[in-house]
Amino acid sequence: MKVTIDGITVDVEPGTSILNAARQIGGDIVPPAMCYYSKLEGSGGKCRTCLVKVSKGSEKDPRPMPKLVASCRTTVMDGMEVQNITSPEVIEARKGVVEMLLINHPLDCPVCDQAGECHLQDLGYEHGAAKTRYEFDRRTFEKIDIGDKIQLHMTRCILCYRCVFTADQITNTRLHGILNRGDHSEISTYIQKAVDNDFSGNVIDVCPVGALTDKTFRFKNRVWFTKPVEAHRDCDKCCGKVTLWYKGEDVIRVTGRKDVYGEVEEFICNTCRFEKKKTADWTIEGPRKVSHKSVISANHYETMKPLPVVKTNPLLQEANKEQFERETRL
Amino acid sequence: MGRKLLLEHINVPGINTLEVYRQKGGYAAVEKALKTLTPDEVVEEVKKSGLRGRGGAGFPTGMKWSFLAKPEGVPRYLVCNADESEPGTFKDRYLMTYIPHLLIEGMIVASYALGANTSYIYVRGEMMPQIRILERAIAEAKNAGLLGKNILGTGYDLELYVQPGGGAYICGEETALLESLEGKRGNPRIKPPFPAIAGLYGCPTVVNNVESIAAVVPIINEGGDEYAKIGIGRSTGTKLISASGNLNKPGVYEIELGVPVEEFIYSDEYCGGIANGKRLKAVVAGGSSVPILPANLILKTINNEARLMSYESLSDGGFATGSMMGSGGFIAFDEDQCIVRNTWNFSRFYHHESCGQCSPCREGTGWMEKVLHRLEYGHGKMSDMDLLVDVSKKIEGNTICPLGDAAAWPVASAIRHFRDEFEWHVTNAAEATTRNYGLAHYADPLPKVEKAEA
Repeated sequence: MKVTIDGITVDVEPGTSILNAARQIGGDIVPPAMCYYSKLEGSGGKCRTCLVKVSKGSEKDPRPMPKLVASCRTTVMDGMEVQNITSPEVIEARKGVVEMLLINHPLDCPVCDQAGECHLQDLGYEHGAAKTRYEFDRRTFEKIDIGDKIQLHMTRCILCYRCVFTADQITNTRLHGILNRGDHSEISTYIQKAVDNDFSGNVIDVCPVGALTDKTFRFKNRVWFTKPVEAHRDCDKCCGKVTLWYKGEDVIRVTGRKDVYGEVEEFICNTCRFEKKKTADWTIEGPRKVSHKSVISANHYETMKPLPVVKTNPLLQEANKEQFERETRL
Repeated sequence: MGRKLLLEHINVPGINTLEVYRQKGGYAAVEKALKTLTPDEVVEEVKKSGLRGRGGAGFPTGMKWSFLAKPEGVPRYLVCNADESEPGTFKDRYLMTYIPHLLIEGMIVASYALGANTSYIYVRGEMMPQIRILERAIAEAKNAGLLGKNILGTGYDLELYVQPGGGAYICGEETALLESLEGKRGNPRIKPPFPAIAGLYGCPTVVNNVESIAAVVPIINEGGDEYAKIGIGRSTGTKLISASGNLNKPGVYEIELGVPVEEFIYSDEYCGGIANGKRLKAVVAGGSSVPILPANLILKTINNEARLMSYESLSDGGFATGSMMGSGGFIAFDEDQCIVRNTWNFSRFYHHESCGQCSPCREGTGWMEKVLHRLEYGHGKMSDMDLLVDVSKKIEGNTICPLGDAAAWPVASAIRHFRDEFEWHVTNAAEATTRNYGLAHYADPLPKVEKAEA
C-alpha cells in the first residue's frame, strides 16, 4: 500500500497505522506520541498529540476526512495523503493539545527524576508555547506507593493509560486502573493493593512522564550525570537485555533498552531491574548510543561535537582542532 | 392541531398496562411486521419514512440499519439508548414512564428488522422508577407471548433486557454505552470500527434512541410513505420536544416537524408564551450542547424568514447564526436570566461529565469552567472572552467523541451572540453580582440583510 505523508511516499503493509508509516519514513514528519506504545495492545488515541490531517482518504474514495485524526489509531488506505507538519491546522491543534497537557502538570522538572528523559518535556519544548495562559491552581494528589519499589505521583500524570495497558498485559486479574472521571480521574490500584508481579517494574519504563518512578533510584541523581551502558545477563524470567545507568563505579539504575521513540525493546523483570545492581551481575556490551539531541548525551564525549562557544573563540578553536576535523569528516 | 403519533393515547388511564395499550391498537405493528413483512421490508419502510435519529445527531435511522454488517454465525444486537441525561431533555423519560409498551413494541419490530435475538434497553442509572416500569411491561409482554420464544407463533425469538447504567452522561455516547453495557468503564471507543461492524461484544450492533425506536411503530402501522408526508422537507414525522425554562406551560410536546418556533413558544397549544409576562431573551433549541441563540435569531433566520422546528431550519445559518435540532431539549430564557451564569452552569456540567480519556476535553472543560466562574463572580478580565473562544476551538473536533464538541459549542456561541453581556460582567463587576444585564438588544428586529457579495 502506498501512503504519502507530507509529500513523502512510502510503501507499507496493509493494516499499518499512519504513525507507524511515518516512523518508517522517519525524521521530522513523525508525529509525536504520548500515549501510543507499539508494544501495548490497545494503547493510543487518547493524548491527541499525534493528530494529523488526512487530505485524501484513499485512491478509491479521495474525499478528505472531516476532522483531524489520531494517526496512531488510523490505519492507512492505499493512496492516502496525510499532512502533518505541512498543515497549519495540525500545528495549531497540536499546540493546543500540548497546552492542555501542561495546564495541570506541576512543571516540577527541577525535582523530577524523569527530567532529561521526559517525553512531555520534549513535547513542550518542540511544540508548546513559551508561556501559559492558565491562571488557576493546578490539581494535586498525594503520592502513593504501588508496592515497595514503585511510587506513583499522580500530580504529574497525563493519563496516557500506558501503565494500565501494561498491567493488563502482564497480569490476568485487573489490579490497576483509573478511578473517577474527567480531570480528577486518577490511576490507582484496587484498594491500595500492590501490583505484585515479576514484571510490574515495567510501568516505570512506559510512563512518559515522572508519575511512576523507581523508588530505588528516586533522587539519587540527574539522568544527565549518569552514563548509560548496554548490558545483559542470563535471566530465567526475561530476556535479560538492559541498560545500566552508572554513576562513577556504581550501577544506580537498571532500565529496559529504549528505542528512538522511547519504547522499550523488551520488557524486563523486577529481579533484573531492582536487585541486580552490581557490575559483577552483568556482562557489559558497551556504551549506549544516545541521540545528541538528548540532554543525557551532554557529558558524553562519543558524540564529540564542539560546543557552540568554541566556534566563536579563535583560541578555543585552535585547542579543539581535532574535534572540528572529525566533525567535518563525518 | 398537529398530529400525534407517539403520544396519541397518553392521557388514556392505564395506558401503561398491556391490556389498555392493546385495546388502543397496541402491538398491531408487531403483528403486521412479524406476520406479513420480511425484515428487509421493515428496513425499507423505515428508509422510506425518512425517520432521522432522535437522539441528537439526526442520522437517518433506515440508513443506519442498512449499514449493519450481517456476517454468518455472529449474533447481532439492538441496543436502545435510554441514557437520556442532557440538561434540558426529558422526553425519553416521559415516554418510558407513561407509555412503556410503545418502546417495547418498537424494540420488537426493530429487532426483527435487524435480525437480533437479544436486545438491550440501557437506561440511565438515576431513572430507577422507569427501569421498574419497563421491567414490569416486559414481563407483561412476555406473558402475552409477545416476547421470548416463538413470538405470536411466527418462529421469531427475542429476549429483551433492561440494563441500568451508572448515571454518567458520557454513557449516552454509543460506544461508551456499549463499553458500559459490557461491564467496563464507560469510555468512548476510538472509531473506526463503528458499532455497525463491531459493537457490543465485538458483534454488529445498532444503537438507537428511545424515540427513534418508538417512532418505528407508527411507521409500520401507517406505512413509511404516509409517515414521510408529515413534516417538512427532509425532516419527516413528529418529534417530542421537552420544553423547559421560563415558559407558561413547560412539558413534553409532540410536534409535527416544521412548526414555526414562534408558534411553538407562544401558541396555547404548546408552551403558551413566556411566564409572568416577561420577554424572551434567548433559547437553547436542542439540549444544552447545541449553540444558544438570542431571541431575534431563534424566531427569524438571518434572512428574515420564520425559523421552523425542523432539522434544516434550526441549523440554517450554520454556527454563525444558527443552532441545531439536537435531542429536542428546548430551554427558554426570559429577560431576567444571566447568560454568563447559564454558560458557566453548562460548562460545569461538561467538566463534571468529561470521561477524562482524551486530553483536550479532560483539561479544556475544566479550564473553561474556571474562567466562566471567574467571569460570573466578577473577577474576569477582558481577555477572558478571547481565551474562552480559543480554548473551545482547541477542544472542538480534536476529541475522541462528540462530548468535546458539545462542551465547546455552548461557550463559543454564548460569546458570539452575547459578547456585550460578558464584557459588562467585566466592566461592571460589582453590579453584575447583584443584578442581571437584562434583555438589552437581544430581541431587537434583525438588521436588514446585507446581500453577501459573491
